Amino acid sequence: MAAYNEFPHHEVTPANPKLIANIWKVTGILALVTAVEFALAFAFPEKPEWLILTYIVLTLVKAFFIVAEFMHLGHEQKSLIYSILLPLGLLFWGILAMLMEADAIYNAIIGWWN
Amino acid sequence: MAADIALDKTEEKDLWGGGAAPMKASYGKLMMWFFLVSDAFTFTGFLLAYGFARFRHVPANYFDVEWPNPDHVFNAFPFMDVFGVTAAPLVFVGIMTFILILSSVTMVLAVEAGKRMDKQAVEKYMLWTIIGGIVFLGCQAWEWTHFIHGTAEGSAFELPGIGKIFGADLHQNQYGPPAFADYFFFITGFHGTHVLSGVILNLVIYNNVAIGTYQKRGHYEMIEKVGLYWHFVDLVWVFVFTFFYLV
Repeated sequence: MAAYNEFPHHEVTPANPKLIANIWKVTGILALVTAVEFALAFAFPEKPEWLILTYIVLTLVKAFFIVAEFMHLGHEQKSLIYSILLPLGLLFWGILAMLMEADAIYNAIIGWWN
Repeated sequence: MAADIALDKTEEKDLWGGGAAPMKASYGKLMMWFFLVSDAFTFTGFLLAYGFARFRHVPANYFDVEWPNPDHVFNAFPFMDVFGVTAAPLVFVGIMTFILILSSVTMVLAVEAGKRMDKQAVEKYMLWTIIGGIVFLGCQAWEWTHFIHGTAEGSAFELPGIGKIFGADLHQNQYGPPAFADYFFFITGFHGTHVLSGVILNLVIYNNVAIGTYQKRGHYEMIEKVGLYWHFVDLVWVFVFTFFYLV
């Protein structure tokens, strides 16, 4: 066990309470948004269209906080932020397009075959 | 000399072989980011295909069986019979979501402790993160088992020549069209595989922390890299939760 004593000694910096508080604040926001999604799911089991849009907006809110704060992207250089976010934004548009226009796309394909 | 002046704001650990750090990020972190972007492409492919199948509204596939409302499929909970509950939609998956978010939080705390060179705190929070990941995997195993075995009543519809269907696999599904079960297995399975590899990576890094590898190296940047991966797993789950369980 002597090897343990040969490690270079690094001073432990005390935690910055502001940073820790910020982490828990973000946690609170994520928990709150999930709770709201939950409440909505129980209040409107019929899933009207505006509810689906609300879910998608709330999902983006959660994604923003996870990526910007937990993954620290909000504090990186602008060029890095954009090279990550632009391709993903296009992908998200793709998911939305499939959710909303699947019927039309399917009919167009079937119509073409027939 | 000019290069020295340009680089004086970059920490030494962030310098690449050529001496400059593009986007002021270290090589490992940047590559992790671009790996995650490419990984996101795969998950988006799954969700795109799911959205297409889900909102196609063509019941004519598979003997007029309607696409199920996920609330009516994932409404079970361990030991719910004991409490006399017959249906608890979203409750179990909601708990899974909270577990994964909390394990993400402990990972942030581990990264933060690493920046302060606090070896003990890094160990503690890495362990909590690993435990969260394992609990999540256990929940998913339970959910899969329940989905595969199905309910005692079986399907609400009867297929000509086959009758009622009990449980689900890749070919048949008591809750609706087989495609629904296929997407469930592939999307949550692919995500679960990511959680599993994340847990394994975290265990490896935890071991390195414990034997003092990063203490010797003088920085805990590796925690940030596995942290990025772990948060990504959490992020994907947020989208799976919305598009598979809520919408």
